Amino acid sequence: MPNAWCRVFDAKCIMRSRPSNPGSLLSFEPPLTRRKRPSFDWSTIFIAVVMTSAAVIVYLRDGQERFLEILFHDFWMVVDIMPKVLAACLIAAFVAVLMPRDAVVRWVGAESGFLGLVIATIAGIIVPGGPITVFPIAAAFLAVGADVGATIAFVTSWTLLGYSRILIWEMPFFGYDFVFWRFLPALALPIVAGLLARALAGWFGIGRGAPP
Amino acid sequence: MSLAFMVDALLWVIAIVLGILVWRRSVPLFKQYGGEGATDFLKLVPRIAIGVTGAGFVAELLPQQTVAEWLGPDSGFLGLIIATVGGFLTPGGPVVGFAIGVSALKAGAGVPQVICYVTAWALFAMQRLFVWEFGVMPQRLVWLRLAASLPVPILAAVAAMLLGRP
Repeated sequence: MPNAWCRVFDAKCIMRSRPSNPGSLLSFEPPLTRRKRPSFDWSTIFIAVVMTSAAVIVYLRDGQERFLEILFHDFWMVVDIMPKVLAACLIAAFVAVLMPRDAVVRWVGAESGFLGLVIATIAGIIVPGGPITVFPIAAAFLAVGADVGATIAFVTSWTLLGYSRILIWEMPFFGYDFVFWRFLPALALPIVAGLLARALAGWFGIGRGAPP
Repeated sequence: MSLAFMVDALLWVIAIVLGILVWRRSVPLFKQYGGEGATDFLKLVPRIAIGVTGAGFVAELLPQQTVAEWLGPDSGFLGLIIATVGGFLTPGGPVVGFAIGVSALKAGAGVPQVICYVTAWALFAMQRLFVWEFGVMPQRLVWLRLAASLPVPILAAVAAMLLGRP
């Protein structure tokens, strides 16, 4: 059932629902209707099974004290993360309303070519926050007309080049020298991933508005 | 004021500014989309609670010393493959991959191997993939991104070698 593959946002469905005369009412077009997201699905079940097994093994191997220590530490991490997640979800929702779709299509759409990948890479460096923020925002960009290559370049760029993670986490651990040598080659990699994604998408006919 | 706090603050400033812009365009639109954003958040909560809490236990079980030993400077291409797989299996979260990477370096691992490991972990740590990415992105895009990212850690390591770092 192919529809199971398109759950949250679907570029194809959205492209189909676009008006045939895009110039006329794009910026005041009614915002996208988003697919409902189930709070529990197979990937959550999978992760729950893995995590529960790990917790049980730790409990049996290291005892209750260590178990509770890890549990409380992680609990505070969850509490710490929640406000960021909420901010990211709101940003993603508002971006979907505010983003001028014609501009997104022009800059990072299917026809944006190499420059689109460069723009997506720069965007990935600029966006603050963690996976919490980048994935909802990437999905929002996809929904307003960015192509798969640019979206993947954006996620890759954020992952490898995002300044907040480098400054807060990587520098204190590794120091300047290592981070520099990791960062320098990484500058080109989002573009590589984006080109590869476009090639694969073309090969498998994903996300290119081909008839279903 | 810590750096981490400033990033959080910046995030909220962006959210609030965008919210005000939507509000000024249309109040019902603001309510509708603000509500949808909040609903998305609530739906993510169980997933996050499970994923983040569980990551600590998985990290506890990871044989850090063994990982470090496998990534020696002479481990060559096989070392890069092991580093990629290791990065995939390491739980996400801000610290775990970096902590293991540093202990690997201290235990004598090669810089390109550790670059490969950290890059793989950053790109496609399994737990992050399942907790965050499958939660909010279309599934086929996640698979496509995974496929396009597979060679990237090895490319990063090879590029670091070519640029002159041993």
